[in-house]
Formats: sequence, structure tokens, C-alpha cells
Amino acid sequence: MAISVKNVTKRFGAFVALDDVSIDVPDGGLTALLGPSGSGKSTLLRVIAGLEQPDSGQVLISGEDSTDTRVQDRNVGFVFQHYAAFKHMTVYDNIAFGLKIRGEGTGTTRERVRKLIDLVHLQGFERRFPNQLSGGQRQRMALARALAVEPRVLLLDEPFGALDAKVREELRTWLRRLHDDVHVTTIFVTHDQEEAMDVAEQIVVMNHGRIEQSGGPRELYENPASEFVMGFVGPAHRLGDAWVRPHDVEVRHEPNGQTIEAMVDRIVHLGFEVRVELTLSDGEQFSVQLTRDEVDQLELAEGQIVFVRPRAVRVFQMG
Amino acid sequence: MSAPRRRWRFGLRGVALFYLAALLIVPVGAIFVRAFEHGLGQPIDAITSPDGLHALWLTVVCVGIAVPLNTAFGVLTALVLVRQEFRGKALLNAAIDLPFAISPVVIGLALFLVYAPRDSWVGGWLMGNGVQVIFSVPGMVLATIFVSLPFVVREVMPVLQEIGTDQEEAAKTLGASPWQTFWRVTLPAIRWGLTYGVVLATARALGEFGAVSVVSGRISGSGATQTLPLYVQKQFESFNVAGAYAAAILLALLAVAVLFSMNLLRRRSVREGEEGAGDGIPPAPAVFVPQPIQEA
Repeated sequence: MAISVKNVTKRFGAFVALDDVSIDVPDGGLTALLGPSGSGKSTLLRVIAGLEQPDSGQVLISGEDSTDTRVQDRNVGFVFQHYAAFKHMTVYDNIAFGLKIRGEGTGTTRERVRKLIDLVHLQGFERRFPNQLSGGQRQRMALARALAVEPRVLLLDEPFGALDAKVREELRTWLRRLHDDVHVTTIFVTHDQEEAMDVAEQIVVMNHGRIEQSGGPRELYENPASEFVMGFVGPAHRLGDAWVRPHDVEVRHEPNGQTIEAMVDRIVHLGFEVRVELTLSDGEQFSVQLTRDEVDQLELAEGQIVFVRPRAVRVFQMG
Repeated sequence: MSAPRRRWRFGLRGVALFYLAALLIVPVGAIFVRAFEHGLGQPIDAITSPDGLHALWLTVVCVGIAVPLNTAFGVLTALVLVRQEFRGKALLNAAIDLPFAISPVVIGLALFLVYAPRDSWVGGWLMGNGVQVIFSVPGMVLATIFVSLPFVVREVMPVLQEIGTDQEEAAKTLGASPWQTFWRVTLPAIRWGLTYGVVLATARALGEFGAVSVVSGRISGSGATQTLPLYVQKQFESFNVAGAYAAAILLALLAVAVLFSMNLLRRRSVREGEEGAGDGIPPAPAVFVPQPIQEA
């Protein structure tokens, strides 16, 4: 294992940020820490980096106990949500920073920085200052800076959180490709389940300082271990005691004994998919996901009364 | 633009200029006129006399010790106040402003109470070991430190708050020691706030009269304890008006030189394309660099 976190607990005053957390991250993998704000995901990342000291528990990097190793000796690359660019340095000097600190010669440094600039597509920007770059460019620079020292692990704290939607999506794809090239063990924190599923091979879902479930994107989606994971990873609605995914619902015009009566409030066309918003007979709001063809076949219209039946439901034990 | 609006704009500008002229420019200009109205001989003598030169030297000594000390401890104090949580922090934070709040004369008296051999055992002990603080240069340096202490702390603190800890943490993850992080990341990030603080502290230290006056004993002649501001006052009292004005002009020029050099530094860095130079710090006092007034 590249990184093992064992029974880590971290408190800030009375607030328990991490409650006996253990995770294993395989060598060369791309892992997402997914959870809502306050779930402890960023704290866990900072504990791995050494930016926070756990109250108890251990952090192992490449098999060695690094719990008491200082940040500067851990050799981890860290990318911050707000870039943390050194504003008084050019792009070149930002990327070269770690190499200069390590006393690398000018020749080696220049060569290595040039390669990284190519890797993050910032050719021609070497002499610019960070405030002359766009958000996406700054974050790519920050990534190159972190990679320059050839870290054992790369840690990204909401790396795309401050970017607009389109750039975020581009960078996401780009990060995954980069990871295929560089192969450094990577952990990134996100609150966006779509981002986690798009980029990561393994997802660790966190809530209230604990790990709810970890596994591949498909496993989490199809076999959520708790109501929280069901609701957080992918869309889901509650129907009485059961949970149902919006695409696991059949819509028909006649009742058949197993169906629930509902009224169509709104039909939202999202390209190939159509979201149909319903109000159930008990007043509950509910939405189902259909294809355009299905909606055409059913000749659905707003204000219409229909009958719905969940095809697959999931019931969780309380607690 | 319509005529009434234009009249308004000229009216406002006129009021602003009149205010500045009446209260700042006329009095300062008058000093220049009066200093040189009977030729250059008297003012130059006043400055180049042994007493004048000695006063200039003492001012340089006081400023030269007080400002570097207040710079180093100011940055340290700002770092502690912004980056650390501890009991009594609010109290320390408030205490920094004491020199602003207390009249310089009172500061002088306070130093007198602590360091005068007759009034305190500290002073007595120091005197016993051959260090005379009161009526001597050490006391004047202490007074100068006291009055110019808050500036660096107060200018650096908001900048530190503004930049946050991200850059420092990034430096650490890249292998930098705390010392390296300070010199390569923190200091460059706060440098304009720091420069501004140093300039203000220097200007204040140069011009300090009250506190220094009390602890100096105002001895003239050999073993004199007169800084330039005290010398100005002395000349004035001895009816050497031209000499007083000449020394006053010298004092003003020193302050102007300090402010001007900061402006030069700042302009150069802006010209180098480092636009981030202005991030999160108050604009430099650009009074001595004439700016073209923009016409609509």
C-alpha cells in the first residue's frame, strides 16, 4: 500500500473532525475522498500531508510510519483549492521552488521545469506572474510545482473547486490523462460525486468524520452500504422506507395494483434524458428520469395524472 | 459635459486645493522662504555648526537603532498575533497601540521613572554598571523605539491576514524549512506592508520631539543630547530663526527622501510587471510624486 491511515482521530476543540478513520490507498491509484463539507475529508488529506497532526492513530507512507515526520520531510505533493501560488514569483520560479530548496543544480532544475511546463501545457508562460494567469492555468502551475519534486504521493484538496464548470470538466479529464502518464499515487478531495465518479478508481465516502463506504464508482452506485451513500452518490429518492434511483421507475397511464398515483408537475428536457417532476398522491415530491423516446411514447404532458412503480428499491437498516 | 456639472467639479477641486494649500503648503512653504530670506550664510552655518552636525548625527543614531529593531520585532509580533492563539492575545494586541494613545511627554516621564537612577533600582543598577540612560543617548533611543513601535506591526498584520497560510503550507510541502519559508515566501509576500510600516516608523522616529525631549535633559554644547527636532526648538528659542528653519528643512528633506525612495522601489517593481505588488496593502503615500490630474 502506498498510503495507510490507521485509526486516526482528530479533534478541533469539541468538534470531532476525524473519528477513528482507517483507509488504504493502493500504489499508483487515483482515489477520491468524497463527502459534504464538514465530513472530515480535507482534514484527512491534511493529516496525510502532515499539515495537521492527528490526536491519535498512524499514517504510513510507502510502509513507513510517517506520523511524526515533519511536512517538509514527507515528500508529498499538495495542491490547494485556491492554488496557493507564490504571487511574487514567476511561473518558472514557482515550479522550480521545490528543486531550489533541495539544492538541485541550475541545469537539472531548468531541464525538469521545462518538462513540467510541457506536461501542464504552460509553454510561453514561464515569465508570467500568477495574477496574469487564469484560474485553470494557475491550478496547472500548482500541479506542476507539486510534481517537480517527484513526490511519493500527490494530494489535491478540492483542486477544481474554485473554477467555473467548463474549466473544471476540462481539468478533470486532463488530470485523469496526466495520472495515466505520471502514475503517482493520487488522492483528491471533492464534494462533487460526479467528479469523484468521473476521475477516481476508488472512492472513499465520508460523513461526520467517519468513512461510510469505500469502493469503485460502480460498486458504490449499485451497492451503497448506507442511506447516506445511496443519497450522496448519484441521485436517489425516498419512497416510504425504501430508496429508489430516478431511472429505476416505471411510468404508465393505468394503475396495476403496485403503482402509486402521481401528477406531472414539470417536464425538463436535458438533451437525451428527460426529468419528469411529479407530486405523489401523499403530497411527496418526486422525480423520475426517462429517455426522450419514452416521454414521446407516453405522450406525457404537464398536469397529467400518471401511475408510477419503482422497478428496484433499496431498504437500509436503521442506524 | 453640461456647464453646471463642470462648475461642480471645478468647485469641489477648488475646495480641496484650498484646504491643502491653507493648512499644509503655505506653512511649509513659509519655512523655506523665511530660512533663506537673508541669504544662505546663516542657515548653512546653523546646519554645519558643530551643534547642528551633532544633532543630525544623534538623529541618525536614534533612527538607525530604533527602526531596525522595531522592524524585526514588529514582524515577529505581527506573526505571533496573526498566526497564534493564546491567552492574553487581545491584551497584547491592544498594548501595541499604547504609543499612539499616550502623549509623548508622558512616555518620556514613564521612561524617566524606570531608568532614572534616583527614581528606580533599574536605573540605579544600570548606572552602577556604567550605563547612563536618562539625560543620555540610550534613553533617547529608548524613547524613539517606544514612539515608533506600532507602525510595522500595524502595517504587516492585515497583510498577513490577507495572504493566509496557503503559500506557507505549500512551501513546506515542497520541502522548505520554517526559516526558508519565512525568507522565501512570507517576507516577499508582506514586503510592501513592511516597507510602508518602516517608512512610517522612520518618519515618526525622525520627527519625535516630546518623549526624547524629556529623557534627554536637552543638554547642549559638549556631550549634547539634542536630536534635530530638539535643535530646531533650541535655535528658535535662541532667536536664531533662520537656523531653526534651516534645520527644520533638513528634517523635512530627510522624511521626504524616505518616502520618495519607497515610491521609487514600488514603481520599479510595478514596471517589472509584478502587479501583485499591491495585493492587500494600503496604497503608498504618493504625495511627493506629482500625478497628472485626469480630465474627463
